Amino acid sequence: SAAGANTPVVKPLTSVLIANRGEIALRVNRTASEYGIRTTTIYTTPDAHSQHALCSPFAVNLGEPTAYLDGDRIIQVTKDQGCNGIHPGYGFLSENPHFARKCTEAGLTFIGPPWQAIEAMGSKSQSKDIMTAAGVPCIPGYHGSNQDPEYLKAEAEKIGYPVLLKAVKGGGGKGMRIAETPKVFLDQLASAKSEARNSFGDDVMLVEKYITKPRHIEVQVFADKHGNCVALGERDCSIQRRHQKILEESPAPHLPEEIRQDLWEKARAAALAVGYEGAGTVEFIFDNDTGEFFFMEMNTRLQVEHPVTEMVTGEDLVRWQLIVAEGGKLPLTQEEIHQRILERGAAIEARIYAENPDMGFIPDSGKLLHLRTPTATDTVRIDAGFVTGDEVSSHYDPMIAKLIVRGPTRQAALQKLRAALEEYQVAGPITNIEFLKRICVSPTFAAGDVETGYIEKHRAELFARQPTAPEVLAQAAIGLLQQEVQAQSVNSIFGAPGALIGFGTGYQQREFHLTEPAPDGSAEPTATTVRVRQTGPSIYTVSVNEVDYPDVVATFDTASNTITSFYPHTRLATTFIRDADRLILFQQGRMYRLQLAVPKWAEKALGIKDVANSVLAPMPCKVLRVEVQEGDAVEKGQPLVVIESMKMETVIRSPQNGVIARVVHGKGDLCKAGTALVEFAEEGK
Amino acid sequence: RSRQCRRAIATHAHSHHASQVSILPTAVDTSSADYKENKRSMDDVVSRISALHARISQGGPPKSREKHVSRGKMLVRDRITALIDPGTSFLELSSLAGFEVYPGEDVPAGGIVTGIGTVSGVTCMIVANDSTVKGGTYYPVTVKKHLRAQEIAQQNRLPCIYLVDSGGANLPHQADVFPDRDHFGRIFYNQARMSGMGIPQLSVVMGPCTAGGAYVPSMSDESIIVENQGHIFLAGPPLVKAATGEVVSAEELGGGRLHSEVSGVTDYLAVDDAHALVLARRSISNLNWPQSQSDTVAKKWEEPLYDLEELHGIVGTNLRRQIPIHEVISRIVDGSAFAEFKASYGSTLVTGFAHIYGHPVGIIANNGILFSESSLKGAHFIQLCAKRNIPLVFLQNISGFMVGKDAEAGGIAKNGAKLVTAVACAEVPKFTVVVGSSAGAGNYGMCGRAYSPNFLFLWPTAKTSVMGPEQLSSVMEAVGKTVDPELKARIERESEATFSSARLWDDGVIPPSHTRRVLGMGLMAACGGSVARKETSWGVFRM
Repeated sequence: SAAGANTPVVKPLTSVLIANRGEIALRVNRTASEYGIRTTTIYTTPDAHSQHALCSPFAVNLGEPTAYLDGDRIIQVTKDQGCNGIHPGYGFLSENPHFARKCTEAGLTFIGPPWQAIEAMGSKSQSKDIMTAAGVPCIPGYHGSNQDPEYLKAEAEKIGYPVLLKAVKGGGGKGMRIAETPKVFLDQLASAKSEARNSFGDDVMLVEKYITKPRHIEVQVFADKHGNCVALGERDCSIQRRHQKILEESPAPHLPEEIRQDLWEKARAAALAVGYEGAGTVEFIFDNDTGEFFFMEMNTRLQVEHPVTEMVTGEDLVRWQLIVAEGGKLPLTQEEIHQRILERGAAIEARIYAENPDMGFIPDSGKLLHLRTPTATDTVRIDAGFVTGDEVSSHYDPMIAKLIVRGPTRQAALQKLRAALEEYQVAGPITNIEFLKRICVSPTFAAGDVETGYIEKHRAELFARQPTAPEVLAQAAIGLLQQEVQAQSVNSIFGAPGALIGFGTGYQQREFHLTEPAPDGSAEPTATTVRVRQTGPSIYTVSVNEVDYPDVVATFDTASNTITSFYPHTRLATTFIRDADRLILFQQGRMYRLQLAVPKWAEKALGIKDVANSVLAPMPCKVLRVEVQEGDAVEKGQPLVVIESMKMETVIRSPQNGVIARVVHGKGDLCKAGTALVEFAEEGK
Repeated sequence: RSRQCRRAIATHAHSHHASQVSILPTAVDTSSADYKENKRSMDDVVSRISALHARISQGGPPKSREKHVSRGKMLVRDRITALIDPGTSFLELSSLAGFEVYPGEDVPAGGIVTGIGTVSGVTCMIVANDSTVKGGTYYPVTVKKHLRAQEIAQQNRLPCIYLVDSGGANLPHQADVFPDRDHFGRIFYNQARMSGMGIPQLSVVMGPCTAGGAYVPSMSDESIIVENQGHIFLAGPPLVKAATGEVVSAEELGGGRLHSEVSGVTDYLAVDDAHALVLARRSISNLNWPQSQSDTVAKKWEEPLYDLEELHGIVGTNLRRQIPIHEVISRIVDGSAFAEFKASYGSTLVTGFAHIYGHPVGIIANNGILFSESSLKGAHFIQLCAKRNIPLVFLQNISGFMVGKDAEAGGIAKNGAKLVTAVACAEVPKFTVVVGSSAGAGNYGMCGRAYSPNFLFLWPTAKTSVMGPEQLSSVMEAVGKTVDPELKARIERESEATFSSARLWDDGVIPPSHTRRVLGMGLMAACGGSVARKETSWGVFRM
């Protein structure tokens, strides 16, 4: 032990405040409770009924939605509640050195690294200096103030092409250019500078090595107060959208063992360089072409994807955090960990988000009408923050759950992940589950050929529209009919309900007009008329587009929302969820979203217009700017309104060429999902 | 061993054993030649009648149907589907009305669809014009069918929904449509009287509604009209022009907007058929109509133990052969359980208690000709059912009462009269199904049309006539009349089920295997809603 001189005092944690929400609050609560540590949770008004607020008998209401960031208040509550420790989870205050410092100064145990370590790693430039000094490779680049183009070009030469030119104040891809060769360097620099000036009013540039096929590989490290530091394997988190991870796995595929060991070594060196304690993650950018890797940053907290590491090591990292915070020693040595990983195989985590991949992954929110998860086992784990009936609030991160699976090999784990995702049913907000399933079966991903640009590169394959089988529409129509029948009074079901009586064909042929919206809203919805004729109790003849299914015996179990139908050729069990005129079906591992068409008379009698004539808010949002005026002629793709939701700006573009008839919501208005933002003039008017 | 399974007399008979007392056995041998021959002949008749119904249910000629649909209107049977509750059945009445009645004119279903359906949980009488058939005009049979529907509604206290789409009286037939008591005017008389009795009257005007027809919505408790489609006026634009010279469009003269906004003739304005039917369903849901079936209806029931389709092979088409009526009963009643009353006395008439879809019924069924004993037994049984408020089901297959010296001396006339008196006076719902012959005074004793059963249905093989063609010929020869060689054939034709049903001597021809379902619907109509128990006042039984 390097710190043998001043052996820390063991300070047992008896009562901990969990300064977080959602699945991580529940996760921390689970381990703390297991070890007899009393937990107190905090919540805000929109979270009053959420699972983390309900999981402990001690729950404190902080009020305002932003209160999870109110450090002083949280410290006060911790003291008031008689807790001696604070677990910050991830996000919110977890990497705020001031908060960590205040906790320590208030005599509380901050379950995380020393505030000094957080501060050191929080600064990009400072952390790079420390890393370089500790022998951890950083991405070559020039971050200095000399902005002379020729000087920058010389720096680029030193770094080696291709290089990335980036505005220091930039973001969102603006003021960013790639120079592949020295020949184009000056042109690219000029154009980046001009864009930066226009966008940020500042054209200071930095030059960095550009990696064409980068991977995101990170190492989970743990250090204790006794100077021990171990790496608990690495995680490949290359599958990202909007620079956020959605699939994380361990071990990283196709990583030569000597590079793996080198990564672990460098990660430990990085942690030791800042006197680290507790759980941390050292993130590297890995060059798939050269096998080189460079330090990016260190996350000084437990990460979202920590269960992947727990799966491959068989350890409880929250437990480790508590041990370290109490002053204990790390439970395993590096060799023991390595052995565990070799024995336990591979693990993958899929993050299940309320978001719409087809609409650029914009977050969604709303009530979870139906939630069915795969059965949890030793090798299938679900970390969820929600149950059926909960509201996914637009105030916070839209992650619904994490699904983690383990198998003896990567291929086995992947197969299991696909199977588990097929069992995962979420109705209510749109989720990325279908998208995740498509990645699972994508040959490139299955081959382990990952990189951070994966989704963009395989866009055509991943977003291809998949046809809907006619049986899905048949099941939807049967479900609609049976739901209505079951809603009726019992008395009307006398004798043989719905049976044919007398000669003739009977009257009960009912038409259901179903539409299937194009996932990205770019095309007209597909409309299908399904005809259902009831010929006896639970017996139907269903016609979908000239395909007849005679004598389908179907029953609808309202308790499980399942329609079980025996077709002439097959049996189908379909989960059927209806939310007003929206239908969500789960059948044979796939989800389908359908819409019950507005009847013609309703348009006229009730003034319900087809949505084609107006542009709707895709999620609860605030209108930041309206880019058009009434009477403007706009073209398809032209920006109409800029909205903000989940602290992200989204530009709503025109779905068609047309004339704006009305701007429904102006700057500053708060809109619910589905509210019309602008209306188009009807054609011919 | 088997002796050990039996036990001696004991103070408890298990309900399993007790229930065996009522279960009817079956002796049907589906492999016998008789069965096969019966089945073949009945299948033929049923498929012929079935095809006839399928043709009739299309409505008018293709051209008029296409024209109708192209105007955005729904076909009459589609309207009814949209009107009734999903998952419920519609009992269409007298589909054969007008079949081969008017030489050279095809009037499918008499140009009007009537029947019993459930709307917003309420059992209703639906009367819907088919404007694809002769513009929905009223032939004499149309009037008769409309009035019969109202009679059923009144007797069973069923709210009435009129889907109006009619050009009014069929003028060439005006003499048989307009003036008499049971002609056109009676429709409005019935509406007023029923409204007075608290039986709701609702109209949905989906097409023309001219002259007398204008009174259907006007006499209704509530009425709905479809704009640019439904028109109500005492005289249409051509007549107005002829009478006063005023030139006016149909919509201005009697359109939906005018009547909903200005005249107040209608209460709700709909944009199309589908919307109008949604509004009609809403109106029915606001009737505050009692929903409860009588509290004696069992919540659970068993289907019959034997296959209903076997009736074809059991019955056949040869009416000279006795129908084994227990085999029929066992394929109609719940669990094939029948508590037979006086099984060994007057056995040519079978009487007993059973349930249909949990509803208690008393069954009276012919199993041979009527003798004095069987008549007395029948009268006794009807009295029991009337006292207990149990609906009666008559399964009719009767060639008549016994004739001859012994029978007359035994008082067959007064004993038969006792049965007729009991049938006429018993104040319980009555249902008659003619499963074979319906002849002579047997028709009266077994609750024929003249005895106003709530519903009367025929099997496809049923024959209704004062006597069989052979007997009729021999009687006529006996009284010295020369018999027209055509007569026998004519009598034969006139006693056919289709002939009867075309003239509304019954409420429809039904497949034998649907008898149970039809009776179930009938019981629902007759015993639900606001129907109250009535006390029977018996006539004098000649002793």
